[in-house]
This record gives sequence, C-alpha cells and structure tokens, in this order.
Amino acid sequence: MSRLALGLSALVATLFLAALVVGPAPLGIWHGLQALIAGGNGPEVLVMREIRLPRALLGLMIGGALGLAGAAMQGYLRNPLADPGLIGVSGSAALGAVLALQTGLAATVALGLPLAALAGALLGVGLVLALAGPRGSSLTLILAGIAISALAAALTSLVLNLSPNPFAANEIVFWMMGSLADRSMTHVAIAAPLILLGGVMLGSLARGLDALTLGEDAAEAMGVNLTRLRLVLIFGTAAVVGAATAVAGAIGFVGLVVPHLLRPLVGAQPGRLLWASAFGGAAMLLAADIAVRVILPARDLKLGVVTALVGAPLFLHLIYRTRQEGL
Amino acid sequence: MLAAKAGITAIGLLAGTAQPALAQDVPRRVVSMNLCTDQLAMLLADKGQLISVSDLAHDPRSSAMVAEAAAYPVNNGLAEEIYLMQPDLVLAGRYSQLATVDMLRRLGIRVEQFDPATSLDQVTERMTRMGALLGREDIAADQITRFDQRLASFRDGIAPRPRAALYFANGYTSGDQTLAGDILTAAGLINIAAELGLVSGGVIPLETLAMAEPDTVVTGQPYPGASRSEEILSHPVVGALQAGRPSTSMNAQDWLCGTPYVLRAIGQMAELRRDVQADRERQQARK
Repeated sequence: MSRLALGLSALVATLFLAALVVGPAPLGIWHGLQALIAGGNGPEVLVMREIRLPRALLGLMIGGALGLAGAAMQGYLRNPLADPGLIGVSGSAALGAVLALQTGLAATVALGLPLAALAGALLGVGLVLALAGPRGSSLTLILAGIAISALAAALTSLVLNLSPNPFAANEIVFWMMGSLADRSMTHVAIAAPLILLGGVMLGSLARGLDALTLGEDAAEAMGVNLTRLRLVLIFGTAAVVGAATAVAGAIGFVGLVVPHLLRPLVGAQPGRLLWASAFGGAAMLLAADIAVRVILPARDLKLGVVTALVGAPLFLHLIYRTRQEGL
Repeated sequence: MLAAKAGITAIGLLAGTAQPALAQDVPRRVVSMNLCTDQLAMLLADKGQLISVSDLAHDPRSSAMVAEAAAYPVNNGLAEEIYLMQPDLVLAGRYSQLATVDMLRRLGIRVEQFDPATSLDQVTERMTRMGALLGREDIAADQITRFDQRLASFRDGIAPRPRAALYFANGYTSGDQTLAGDILTAAGLINIAAELGLVSGGVIPLETLAMAEPDTVVTGQPYPGASRSEEILSHPVVGALQAGRPSTSMNAQDWLCGTPYVLRAIGQMAELRRDVQADRERQQARK
C-alpha cells in the first residue's frame, strides 16, 4: 500500500468521473454531476442516473473482475499467458449466458443469467486446468484455450442462430466482443453479487499464491492447502468471469495486459498483483469504454475490439519471449 | 339520360376494344415472393390468378393478411420451386432475393420488382402498378378511391400536434421520409426523429431520447426468444419516458408494406394522439 495504490486509485477515480461525463447528450460537466448527486425532475437526472452511472459502474466492476481473474490464474499457473478471455473461460461463460437467455431461464429464475454464465465458466476453467495440468505449460494452455474457445463460440453461434428472435443471430458479435452500451441498473444488480463474492474468494488467495512461487512442495510445507486453493481459484474465477460476461459479453485481454504491466511494480509478488490488477483492470476497461464512445459515438464499437487492439500485440510479444526462454 | 347512355356505350366500346389486346397480356399464373407484393397481389388479383405467396405472408408478425394468405400455397423464394410452378409473372421486391430474380430471368420468366414504399403517396402508386400488371385496373382504381377517402378523413383540424418518438430494437427510429414517418404525420403526430436531424431513419441514443422528452414513445413489439437488441425497449429510461403517459407498441404488420392496411396503423396512431391530447388537457386542468 503505497504510492502504487494511491496512483492506481487516483487513476480509477479520474476515469470513473470521465466515464460519467462522456456521452451523446450535451450535458455540462458540473451540471451533469449536480443532476447525478442532487437529483430532481429533469431529463438530465434520467441520463446521469439510469444511463451513465450504470455504465460506469459496470466498467469499474467488470474491469476489476477481469484484471483480478487474470492475475489469479497467472499466479496459480505461473504462466503470464493465462487470461480468462484467451483460455476460453469467457467464451464458455457467454455460452452459459446465451443458453439461459434463449431458454427463458434468465427471465424466470432470480440470478438465473449470471448463475448459468457461472456454470459455463466453471466448465471452461475446469477443462482448461484439467488439460493444462497444475503447472500449465504454455503450449498445452494455449492449445486447450483455443479448442475450448472455438467450441464455445460455435455452440454460442448455434444457439443464437436457432433462436426464434431474428435479432439474436446478429448478436454473435456482442457475445464474442462485449459492450457496455445501453446497460441499466438492472444489469448492475445482476452482476454485482457474484463479482463481489468471486472477488473476495480470489482476494483470499494472496498468501497461497505467494507461497506457490517457491514451488508446490514448499507451499505445502508452509501450510498451504493446494486442493483448497485450486477449488477457490476455480470457483472465484468462474464467478467473476461468469457474472461479467453475462451482462457485458466476452471481453478479452484485460486479464492479460493489466497483470503484465503491473507485475514489475509490485516486485513480481502474485499476492500483491491481485489487488493491483483489480484496480488496473477497472482503469483499463473504463478507458476502453470511454474510447469507444469518443471514437465512434454512434456505432456501438465493441469493447473487445479496443482491448484486443491493445492486448493482441502484447500477447504476440509474450509468446515470442516464452519461445526464446525455451518453454 | 341520352348523354349518360352514350357514356356507358363509350365505356363499353373502350373496354370492348381494349380487352382482346389485354387478354393476351394478362398473366394467368402469378407467383409473389415478397411480403409486400404478396399483399398487393392478394388484394387485387382475380380468382385463381395468384398461385403462390411467400412464407412471410403467413407470419402474423409481419403480414396483415394472414387469413387471406392461408388460401395460397407457400413459396420460400427459391428459384427452383418457383420455376416448377410454371408462372408467367413473378412479383419480387427490389432488394431481396436478387440471385433468385436473376436466375428466373435467365430462365425466361417475366419478373416485376417493386421498390419498398417510403411514403403514403407511393401506396397508391404501387396499387396502380399492381392493378396494371394483373390487368385489374378497375379494381385497383376502386380501392385507391376508397383509400384516399379514408386517408383524407384523418387529415382534419389537428392542433397542437404532440411529439412522438418511434423506438425500435437497437435504438433505431424512422425519419420523416419513410412510410412510418408518414403514418405518424397523417395521424397528427410530430416525429422527433426530424428534430434530431434524422431524415430516413437511424439510431437515437438513449441519452438523446431522454433529453428530447417526447410526449409519447411508440415501441416495436419484441419477438419471442430473448435478444439484447430489444432489451433497450425495456430499459428503465424508456419506462420512465412512458410512465404515466399514453404510449403504445406498434403492430408491425400494418407498418411494413405500402398497402391500404397502413390505414389501420394511422388509426392506431390517431387514437394515441387523442389520448395524449386528452392527457395533456387533464394535466392543465389540474394546474
């Protein structure tokens, strides 16, 4: 807790405010913030409280969730290439969400949507960890991720194409790329409980992940229960990624870029990297969501496009470096 | 009396001279493969003249003439099935099924394409053309007269006009240079799309819609099965704009095609307009 914590919270706070004042309606900054806090009867209050506030809150929550999940998986697998989007967890969560929406489960069961996405994400994480093994070599991790992503994407497209709703098939892009456009407080309420729960679970792993850097035997000798750690990791990741994907679609690369950038700043300690990545992820997603609104305000440019443009080159760089190291 | 008789004879003569020439041209086996030509043809064709309509004509969400369409065999707009029906005239839309249309023309079948109607004036144009194609000019003229009369009955003494927003999936709206825009205007409503500079249509962001504060919001009816595109119609902001004010969702089948069924849409909107005006008077009285 230091200059880094201070700097990251200041960055997130600034971007959160910026997300509240950017939008197609021409509201003055002070006028808008006043309407947000003081309320009243005008349409400004509606715009601030029902459109911009939920969007900014979701950017904060979902960015934080993805950054945290990325840092936790990388810490556990001791592999910098693990990102929930890249290894197919987000894709399987999207499949769960789409199934819940199209079968009507989302409309009939309370929290049916995020729970179904959680179930999908659980399947994804479980498969990846089973295939990659406890030390997850880069090659098997990425290959397993490609296979799971491809299968989940194909099944998601199939479900959407079979839907009686003609709009559903056009939404494949949303589920693959993610967007926060036109979300409401309802979506905040849907995502918040599971993101909080999963966040607390992943946050509790800090000590275990630090111990794991010394190797599994050493960690066990230090009193870390590896089975429990693994279970908490799986459920925590599935909860945050599932809830995030259920309302915003699969947004990739946040969990890859953020831990990579912050790792040197926390002395490469996976435990400290967890909270730092949560802040960093929130900052990155808020920035990306501001960018899509500023660059193409009328087109609903997908968030995943921006995060991939930033993240994919870094991913290539990481693969190149891993190869050089002969892993 | 004499003059009238002479007139009738003249018409008889005209018809007498015209008919033999027409009889050869009049198509006997007509297939329609577009929702809008389906309905125009069903309205105007002679008994047995129209032998098939498109599958959409049977879809109650899109077609205003589902009951009538039940009497006709379906086609799915595939060149093969249409060719096997041995039509002497195929009716198609301008922008759909272009490959099928090309194929049918190569096979030597006459295909007539209709542009989608973008104004109320074009409704009568389309009916006139369909009447001519089917050799049913007199029936078409009758229906056009009735249509014009009923349309005129909507256009009397409307003021002040409430501001309405058309709001569809993904935040789309229709501007003034569209059939839907014309329907609003004919019903005595102002389309806020025009205020926002949207001529033929486009997206109104939720924020812009909220700031425009329309007197009423007309939404599209969601399809079965969920979609994110339509979720915007149940967004709390749309709910807040509709709360405590008259509003409605549109019956799409009356709005899609340039047929006399647009009168039903105009009637529904005129009723909405009266509700909004009555609501406004009540509120002023309360003050």
